[in-house]
Amino acid sequence: MTSTLKLAWRNLTRYRRRTLLTALLIMLGVMALLLFVAAAGSFKQTMIGSITDSMLGHLQIHRRGYTASIDNLPLNLNLQPNAVGKIESALKAEPEIAAYSLRVKLGAMFSNFTENTSVRLNGIDPAAEDATVPALRQRINDGDRTGPLVAPGKVLIPTLIARGMKVKVGDAVVLVVTNASGSVNGKNFVVSGILDGVTGPGGRDGYIHIDDARDLLRMDKPEVMEVAVRLKSLKSLAAVQQRLNAKLDEIQNKEGKPATELHLWSDLSPFANIVRMIDMMTLFIRIMLVAIVLVSVMNVMLMAVYERIREIGTLAAIGTQPGKLMAIFLAEGLLLGLAGAAAGIALSYALVGYLNLNPVVFAFGREQITLRPVLELAEVAGVLGLAVLVSALASLQPAWRAARMDPIQALRHV
Amino acid sequence: MALIQADNITKSYRVGDMNVPALKGLSFEIGEGAFAAFVGPSGSGKTTLLNLLGCLDHPSSGTLKVNGTDISTLSRSAAATFRGENLGFIFQDFNLVPVLSAYENIEYPLLMVRGWSPEKRRERVERMIAAVGMTEHAHKRPDQLSGGQKQRVAVARALVGEPKLVLADEPTANLDHDTAYRILELMKSMRDSFGTSFIFSTHDPKIMGEAELTFTLEDGRLVQQGGEA
Repeated sequence: MTSTLKLAWRNLTRYRRRTLLTALLIMLGVMALLLFVAAAGSFKQTMIGSITDSMLGHLQIHRRGYTASIDNLPLNLNLQPNAVGKIESALKAEPEIAAYSLRVKLGAMFSNFTENTSVRLNGIDPAAEDATVPALRQRINDGDRTGPLVAPGKVLIPTLIARGMKVKVGDAVVLVVTNASGSVNGKNFVVSGILDGVTGPGGRDGYIHIDDARDLLRMDKPEVMEVAVRLKSLKSLAAVQQRLNAKLDEIQNKEGKPATELHLWSDLSPFANIVRMIDMMTLFIRIMLVAIVLVSVMNVMLMAVYERIREIGTLAAIGTQPGKLMAIFLAEGLLLGLAGAAAGIALSYALVGYLNLNPVVFAFGREQITLRPVLELAEVAGVLGLAVLVSALASLQPAWRAARMDPIQALRHV
Repeated sequence: MALIQADNITKSYRVGDMNVPALKGLSFEIGEGAFAAFVGPSGSGKTTLLNLLGCLDHPSSGTLKVNGTDISTLSRSAAATFRGENLGFIFQDFNLVPVLSAYENIEYPLLMVRGWSPEKRRERVERMIAAVGMTEHAHKRPDQLSGGQKQRVAVARALVGEPKLVLADEPTANLDHDTAYRILELMKSMRDSFGTSFIFSTHDPKIMGEAELTFTLEDGRLVQQGGEA
């Protein structure tokens, strides 16, 4: 094996310029793929982190049918206290869950006493919300970031509304809501903080204490519209979803059907489509890498076989078995792919290191994204494996041709 | 027992719709330790006969035995094994592997074909390289050697696996006369030292005079045999 690899390496160095050019091509392909995956991964993680850690949570539980009309913030599809109790029991029994937050969601008229606008309100328990979406606090750009997220009688409003309504921290405002029975109720609040804008439907979301929300809606029972859930690790999302679904299906309505529905963050955020698009682009770049390696290695190996026909004849004549001849050419292609991919990986690590020292910052919607690309070991190993595998496949036909060559014809070749 | 027994062997090739005979019923025997030459003009069948003896091709009919094995029907893989274990080859153009040094070229059959252990390999290669007088050039690559030196390396490579028979197709054709004679002397001394039979082809009358046994071929037929088989 060592001698085959040694001979293959020597043969590669025989045509240095050609080997270097091919290795360079593979290196560039590998580097392009790894850099794209690392940068896109960083972008995805930043955006997913921003969405889940400051707004959605990783999972959400609603009463069945609620999410279909979530844009209208319906008041007649609430989770009843009995169901909430069962949901809480299921969540507490799941070891992968870090925190959850009960939310009362409602649409309201926001008034600064001279103008009105609509606002989406989230009635929250400040401690539970803080634990479930820890980055929400970081979105407070004006106001107290250190105390409870929101106290009774206070409201956190989005920048969009603060700017449009010319409202600042400490101002008094009125929130007017229409409750489920159709009666209108209003209450004075003091603005305790302004929230940085986020991309997507959360851009008009304000926050009040859950008791204030229930008071505004004149709820006589502690109903909730949404349970946001945070996991210890996003990696366990699918497993937790499966386990929770099984438990939640036991909570049934009067018709004997499941009364709740569980959604992942990706079901609730339009950014999931961008993630899918990025994944699709990654797949295309991966296919391009396969094509680059396949064509370049196959071309080099076909040339190598063609240029060494007499040598192949000599080696066959002195007793080299066809399998061994095939191994020599396969090893050449494999080493070429390995060398190109290894150089590409080394360069990718260097560039990723540079990008982490000098991060790229750009605006995406209302978000400021700072790219901090990370090369995952599994991804690097996958790309290396792919390059080597495709190199071996590309060498297969030329190697087979060399092994099947008639020694007499080969020795006669000029 | 004779090392080579050829019994009425023929070889013909298809060229379009034509059947072109290259060898026409050759029968002969060659004993162990022979230093023999196939001689004749171009197209007489020398190379075809060497190819058959070297298991690189099959006769169209007849029986051909080398070292007791009927080689007329060996499969591709079996023929490669037989070549590796019993035969050595010397080529007109030397055919050394350009990326290997003289030492590595000689070592190749033991390493890639026979799979000898490193110690046994080193001992044998050093012995062979000394026998052909190439010790001081052992680490040079073929492009750093003269024609005569390359052929010495080729002789050592042919003999390193202790074959019963070495086949050489026009081994001196690309060498000047002095070097050609030195190579033939070397081959003879190798035969004397290791007991290996040498068969070579030539159309040079001076070179054929060095053979102890000659087979003259004309138009695919054996027309004359000289010396003792």
